[in-house]
Amino acid sequence: MATAVQRLRGTFLPLSFNSGLNVIGILVVLVALFASTQRVIEGGGTYFFQTLGFGLAQGAIFALVALGYTMVYGIIELINFAHGDVFTLGAFFSLAIITSPLGALIGLTPSSSGAGVILPLLGLFVVTMLFCALVNIAIERVAYRPLRHAPRLAPLITAIGMSALLEGIMNVWKGPYNLAYPDFLPENQIPLGGGATIAAKSVFVIVIAVVLMVVLTLFINRSKLGKAMRATAQDRDAAQLMGIDINRTISATFFIGAALAGAGGIIYGLYYNSVQAFDGFQYGLYAFTAAVFGGIGNIPGAAIGGFVIGIVFAMSDGYFTTKWTIPLIFAILIFVLVFRPTGLLGMRVPEK
Amino acid sequence: MSRVRDFWNSNRRNPNAIAYAIFIIGAIFYPSIVQFLNGGNGDYLVGFAADGGIYILMAIGLNVVVGFAGLLDLGYAAFFAIGSYTYATVASYHLGVTPIGHALHLPFWIALLIGMFVAAAAGALLGAPTLRLRGDYLAIVTLGFGEIVPIVFRNGEVWTGGVPGISGLDVPSLPGWFVGPWIGQDFGWVPDFRFNTGNLTAYYVLMCFLIAITVVLVHNLYNSRLGRAWMAVREDETAAAASGVNTVTVKLLAFSIGAATSGFAGAFYGAKLSYVSSENFGFVVSVTVLAMVVLGGMGNIPGAMLGAAVLYFILFRLLPDAPAQLQSLASALGLDFLNKADPNGWPGIGEVVSRLKYVIFGLILVGIMLLRPQGLLPSQVRKQELKHAEHEALTAPRQLQG
Repeated sequence: MATAVQRLRGTFLPLSFNSGLNVIGILVVLVALFASTQRVIEGGGTYFFQTLGFGLAQGAIFALVALGYTMVYGIIELINFAHGDVFTLGAFFSLAIITSPLGALIGLTPSSSGAGVILPLLGLFVVTMLFCALVNIAIERVAYRPLRHAPRLAPLITAIGMSALLEGIMNVWKGPYNLAYPDFLPENQIPLGGGATIAAKSVFVIVIAVVLMVVLTLFINRSKLGKAMRATAQDRDAAQLMGIDINRTISATFFIGAALAGAGGIIYGLYYNSVQAFDGFQYGLYAFTAAVFGGIGNIPGAAIGGFVIGIVFAMSDGYFTTKWTIPLIFAILIFVLVFRPTGLLGMRVPEK
Repeated sequence: MSRVRDFWNSNRRNPNAIAYAIFIIGAIFYPSIVQFLNGGNGDYLVGFAADGGIYILMAIGLNVVVGFAGLLDLGYAAFFAIGSYTYATVASYHLGVTPIGHALHLPFWIALLIGMFVAAAAGALLGAPTLRLRGDYLAIVTLGFGEIVPIVFRNGEVWTGGVPGISGLDVPSLPGWFVGPWIGQDFGWVPDFRFNTGNLTAYYVLMCFLIAITVVLVHNLYNSRLGRAWMAVREDETAAAASGVNTVTVKLLAFSIGAATSGFAGAFYGAKLSYVSSENFGFVVSVTVLAMVVLGGMGNIPGAMLGAAVLYFILFRLLPDAPAQLQSLASALGLDFLNKADPNGWPGIGEVVSRLKYVIFGLILVGIMLLRPQGLLPSQVRKQELKHAEHEALTAPRQLQG
């Protein structure tokens, strides 16, 4: 693959053009860094930490979603466009539980608050993660598995189709409105010293995301199934010859990815207190940008990429203008793919 | 009569020839038929078909990218937007209100071509660095591009008209040597070919003309050396490169030609509507055109046209009417409770049906790819490929597919 790409490059672009591109890329990054440093210094410390906290929280959610993209891409080389909508489905499903009689049964209603909410919330996380995971496994079973040996274009199109289908179902279910998500989290600010504060909400979000990511990393690195996943990602045929059940391993990947996305969905709802049927598609794109930034197929890369994109998002919103934030994120996506397609932690991408 | 039979016999196994024949006959008689059926008040249906022609043009263009070259372009609406805005810039009063201060009113046909070339250039600029990457990265890059472009047009302030967009675009006109000096005179016996909202048939004829040109051009491309190179790249890129095909250039050409067609359609869209706004170029347009191509048959020009016509009819004719009809059906059947909206749950059957758009996209994209990947009107070559791809994938080493 690598040699093929290099050969293709050689036929089309002379080497000097490529290095010229790299010089331009470095220059653009330097100018951007210079401009933002100036703004940050002018803004002062308190504002900086506020923005940073917001960015880290947002980045934690991006990271949770990005992990699903990167795991699926690592194992079957497919951009699972439906992943962003599984994430929204997590928010929708948990909201439906909270507002239904079932929610009252476990002690969660839209108006409940305080410490008593912690245990039911944990249950809500488990149920939602399970639900999203099962939905994602069903998607893989229906839309991707039959096309595993078809031309590459086919599963990409079904992925877009599944995304549209999920959006459509959520749209039919709740309509294209912004739905209010209950606000269970405390609103106070935690002082960091020197006048700087961070919202308790942000801390909660970051802690949950980091815990989930640590569990995931341990699982991938230590467990037998995790080993099977890594083997399948490296070479599916060889893994199969070693007696690994490929279908089960791929299903497990979709299960874990969707569970993380479902958790991300609840966190998103709790953090922003509002959710809409088409949110997930855009959000999924940001998360995909994060996965690409960190190096697609690379799990720590996706986590780091998520936080970086979250911080860039918050900084652009806070120091520049919200109008240009979305173009900036997608420009980063295109930029990374053009200048460094292997991402930040590039070389560890499984090569196929 | 025997000639018709001969034609039928020699083309029985070639559904494309029959499809083209049906398209031509249908296009010629459509205005008279709808006028006749509606007692002379069918003008709005003719205009409806003229608008649908824009989607047919876009489907033909996307078919070059997705069907011929096998590249997934998810930001197709971006080029449509670029074409529209280019037309709006060079053929309206708009440049007069920008700091340039001097309005441009280029003739319709030249403005159309400029819209096309600017879109093609944008496609080449985006494609040149990204087409070196693997195929699925292109999908995500174009998706990102498709999200950026409408936002840029919305945020462009005075240059792009900002949120309200640009209005008062020049309407199409025919060159003076073509229509003759009597244009605009009330002679009665000379067909009035001025383009205005009262004369939708003129737009319809123009649209058919543009589609015919595009089909001929794209068809010739497909049968050329370039078309065969596209097929080779789609089938197996490494093998194509080994056989001396310059894969990057070939892919770039497919991508730019697709973008050019989209820009062309966009320029016409601007001229027809006499108004452009960034709201009309979202991801939903890209996914609609993709669903049209997939539905009709990837890699087959009449297939893409058929898919565009069918889906356009479903989305813009059946779906808007469906809520009212279903509501009356429900009350006729005594199921009135289906119509009642409940504030916390069931929104009423009409509302549910009106929200079905994305479900339809999803079902088409997933269902067609799983059950009939060659589409409604398949290309014979593509059908064989999609059927036999499995054997090849099993026997060929996997790294060759990248």
